[in-house]
Amino acid sequence: MTTPSAARLTREYPARYRLEGARCLACGEILYPRRLVCPACGAREFAVHRLSSHGVVKTFTVIHVAGSAFKHQVPYILAVVALEGGGTLTCELTDLVDQQPEIGMPVELQFRRIQEDGEAGVIAYGHKAVPR
Amino acid sequence: MRDVCIIGVGMNDWGELWDLSLRTIWTQAALAALADAGVDKVDAMTVGCMSGGLFVGQEHLGALLADELGMAGIPATRVESACASGGVALRTGFLEVASGLADVVLVTGVEKMTDCSNDEATAALATAADQEWEVFPGATFPGLYAMMARAHMAAFGTTREQMAMVAVKNHANGIHNPHAQYRRAVTVDEVLNGTMVADPLTVLSCSPITDGAAAVVLSDKETARRLAKGRPLVRIAGVGLATDRMALHNRADLTALNAVTAAAQKAYAMAGVTPEAIQVAEVHDCFTIAEIMIIEALGFVPRGQGGPATAAGETGLGGRIPVNPSGGLKSKGHPVGATGVAQAVEVTLQLRGEAGARQVAGARIGLTQNMGGTGASSVVHVLEVIP
Repeated sequence: MTTPSAARLTREYPARYRLEGARCLACGEILYPRRLVCPACGAREFAVHRLSSHGVVKTFTVIHVAGSAFKHQVPYILAVVALEGGGTLTCELTDLVDQQPEIGMPVELQFRRIQEDGEAGVIAYGHKAVPR
Repeated sequence: MRDVCIIGVGMNDWGELWDLSLRTIWTQAALAALADAGVDKVDAMTVGCMSGGLFVGQEHLGALLADELGMAGIPATRVESACASGGVALRTGFLEVASGLADVVLVTGVEKMTDCSNDEATAALATAADQEWEVFPGATFPGLYAMMARAHMAAFGTTREQMAMVAVKNHANGIHNPHAQYRRAVTVDEVLNGTMVADPLTVLSCSPITDGAAAVVLSDKETARRLAKGRPLVRIAGVGLATDRMALHNRADLTALNAVTAAAQKAYAMAGVTPEAIQVAEVHDCFTIAEIMIIEALGFVPRGQGGPATAAGETGLGGRIPVNPSGGLKSKGHPVGATGVAQAVEVTLQLRGEAGARQVAGARIGLTQNMGGTGASSVVHVLEVIP
């Protein structure tokens, strides 16, 4: 994969940089990122919701064969993380020292570099999970 | 709705076909199905293809391939639903005949995956996942299925050995399929000790990259009777298509394939059958864990029992419910857009009693299950022999 375009990265800043999602005013569902229709109840009014940076690992894998943007990183751990107060995301799990990844592991999201210098010549940032 | 029958089937020999183009392998399969049906013209055609654009730089496949077949002029539609494109193309053709819009429809699927580099193919396949929120942070397709496998192992005690048995079984079946890409047996040890792709999935836990095409000819029942030539008449008795949340992380239960269950329930209800009635099934074993989760979602085995049932031989040839007698995606190959159509080719051959050494004795009712992405789309067809 090539790094996403500068325009796309800019659109995604609020969610990727600030972990901004949305809380459905009708049913309370937490959406990440925000969207126009609540997938849980169909309502269309939301408040901005900043995700918690604390969560737990729901599942994980160790990726040994990666796409071109992540080849230099293999093997790396990818996880689904469920956050306190709602919201789930897929991200890398990193900075494990003498520790094996496991389901239920408490983690914290940290702002990190995700991909570098694709066609657009920009560096893409986002969040990775680390043990807490 | 009118009854819809499958009156002809065909596919080419699947593999890495460097000497053949997309249009050539597609035409081989289409001509084989037309010859099998005994027709030389059709009212319309559909083409299931995930990504002609990314794999070979060619879109507009409906017109291109109708022209290639000497049929420029007919209505021709390309259908895309990631790896479920073929199954959804079959459903589209079914609707055309059932509605009375057409009497004879050529349903096809094709994917030409080896004209680009492995990196390009991997990137093309990854477009079946959420590009912004799964692939951007580092997910690969095997990685997403590996995370489903981990969740299934944690919830139900499913083991690596049980998952490996899916590959062992399907490769054993594929030996008997002359069209299959990998006609060789594999052992549990070979699967477990192969190169790790995404833990716990090794290279032999994954379906391969394949060039291939498949085709079936559909018609109304009266036309089918006229062309039956004494062969059993195969009817599409039930059709189901459903979707699920696109990104794996947005699903409440990572061990369930809700779209598969929903599609199956629709198809079973339409056919008036229960899972117990199914005698042979072709399912979407893109990864070994997928077959385990699918046989649970289809209701062939209880939730969480897919691993033990596979290890006990329940899904083998001669087992309680033979699954993937063709070799499945694992051994036969997985040219993504062709897979759903090829499943219908296999089940039709099984119901006609023409499947040779991999024949499931006396099969009268069968099922195909095809899915896209990590199960965000699934399409199920129930096929039966009718008098």
